[in-house]
Amino acid sequence: MARILVLAEHERGQLKLATLAALGFAAKLVEIAGGGEIHALVIGHQVEAVANGLRRHGATSVILADDSTLSEPLADRWASAVVDAARSCQADCVAGAASTLTKDILPRAAALLDAGMISDVVDVRRDDRGLLFKRVLHAGNALATVRLDGPLRVITVRAAAFSAPSAQSAESPIVPLQLAKQPSVGDTQFVAREQRISGRPDATEARIVVSGGRALKNAEDFERLVGGLADALGGAVGSSRALVDSGITPNSLQIGQTGKVVAPDLYIAVGISGAIQHMAGMKDTKVIVAINKDPEAPIFEVADYGLVADVYQAIPEWLGKIEKR
Amino acid sequence: MKILVTIKRVPDPDTRIRVKPDGSGIVTDGIKHSANPFDAIAVEEALRIRERGVDCEIVVASVGAEDCVEQLRVGLAMGADRGIWIQSDGDLDSLAVAQVLAALCEREKPSLILMGKQAIDDDSNQAGQMLAGLLSLPQATFVSKLELTDANSRARCGRETDSGIETIVVKLPAVITTDLRLNEPRYVSLPGIMKAKKKPVENLKASEVAPLAKSRTHLVSMEAPPKRKAGVRVASVDALIEKLRNEAKIL
Ligand SMILES: Cc1cc2nc3c(=O)[nH]c(=O)nc-3n(C[C@H](O)[C@H](O)[C@H](O)COP(=O)(O)OP(=O)(O)OC[C@H]3O[C@@H](n4cnc5c(N)ncnc54)[C@H](O)[C@@H]3O)c2cc1C
Repeated sequence: MARILVLAEHERGQLKLATLAALGFAAKLVEIAGGGEIHALVIGHQVEAVANGLRRHGATSVILADDSTLSEPLADRWASAVVDAARSCQADCVAGAASTLTKDILPRAAALLDAGMISDVVDVRRDDRGLLFKRVLHAGNALATVRLDGPLRVITVRAAAFSAPSAQSAESPIVPLQLAKQPSVGDTQFVAREQRISGRPDATEARIVVSGGRALKNAEDFERLVGGLADALGGAVGSSRALVDSGITPNSLQIGQTGKVVAPDLYIAVGISGAIQHMAGMKDTKVIVAINKDPEAPIFEVADYGLVADVYQAIPEWLGKIEKR
Repeated sequence: MKILVTIKRVPDPDTRIRVKPDGSGIVTDGIKHSANPFDAIAVEEALRIRERGVDCEIVVASVGAEDCVEQLRVGLAMGADRGIWIQSDGDLDSLAVAQVLAALCEREKPSLILMGKQAIDDDSNQAGQMLAGLLSLPQATFVSKLELTDANSRARCGRETDSGIETIVVKLPAVITTDLRLNEPRYVSLPGIMKAKKKPVENLKASEVAPLAKSRTHLVSMEAPPKRKAGVRVASVDALIEKLRNEAKIL
């Protein structure tokens, strides 16, 4: 029997959709094991609403670690709450959807639990010797099949690779977590979080992502062309590292090996060359559109539809046609 | 203060990665290797801390086969003071590496441990956080701004998170992992290379430093990702919109 603890992720009281994919992964493990339990873990302060929102996804319980010292996701405090929860439900697997939050917290929890860990899992199956995990590495240039020994495993999954479990009518009970020890709050202090500037959806949750590269000369042009097209199509914005490095876009927009990994229905690369590090973050998109004035740009090798054009002409033209409709 | 910086030898980010036909790993023969880019950033940050006037010793350490000494020499040529090569046969996974480094830290007692946020070969993004957990030290990951405060007893860190920059303060000793925008590593100079040749590199064995360290993950096979099939070029914005509407049925 499998016992899986899934760390939920939330922001400003909203559950991140990727959490449902992690629950989908857990459901798959239960199916493979022929039975088991899934426990969702919500950590934070005054986050009952998030816990409530998780009650209809088939979990055995929703474990709630609600404490004023946990209001910000500081790794030492949150990791020790994950450890307490894993022990309380006797988990044999702790999972989460890959993000900067889970990547900060789960490896630390793994070390505290003396458990091995696999990041960025995209598939799981079993053979006669046990579970086999498939993961992405080398900037998306290789897929490895890996075994992981031990009574307890820690896993992060790519959200796009697993679908949410179907909604259930039965409500999972909410079980408050007893924290084993109060973490020493002096060692790590939260100071501030930069507010996200736009009201646009997050690129990891959107159906359409419009992403800009070095072709965009400044923040105004990015906003007018990339932002404008994203708004017109009801999508999110993303960018290459080149624009983040030059301060034109915030780091939270970076798509790629070392940024966010997205797999929307439509990804429109606006003046992006297609470096492997960038493509590692968007190659699993359903339909890729590339607009680039260099016909030799590598992005065209992965694009379903390629338009060789100057983005300063093509995007205004596209926007004009949307307005006219 | 003592700063420990870890360096991993990885395929250079500009090389083309190919999976071996027998699926046992990637082709490594004849390809260029470098210090993991995030680790070079970590070395650079240590040097900048010193250049801002903090009296410090900078120790670079690498866990791996003998060829990783080449990357330690790069760290020394940049300006680090001494190197520690912890010899391991066979690949160790992140937890095993963290266990080895934890044992090293017990011996070296650094006040600051600077590591790359991820190695660009494995892309695991685990070792620093695991080390911090094993040592019960504060951690600040994905750091793009670092400032020592309170008479160098704390570090104020800007972290790159999915929702934007977060600022935290950690008490030292702590583990800090670097993100790309923390700095741009300096080039290695010829005099730097000459000096590096004379700097000491100690050779330890992972099996002696941390006899209980053991990899839990085992590679079964490796494969190339499925190739996307080549698409089509469209001649105009109109043609593009038409394709997206009527062929891809996405708009
Ligand atoms: C360790 C490491 C990690 C990295 N991680 C990432 C990552 O996560 N994400 C990422 O994106 N990058 C990452 N990079 C950087 C990556 O290698 C590339 O440098 C980067 O993606 C290039 O961004 P770009 O395509 O916008 O710029 P460029 O490569 O400069 O391409 C600009 C493109 O715009 C086109 N163009 C210019 N003007 C116009 C115009 N007016 N109209 C139409 N087209 C035009 C050009 O033809 C060109 O193809 C990483 C690199 C390293 C070493």
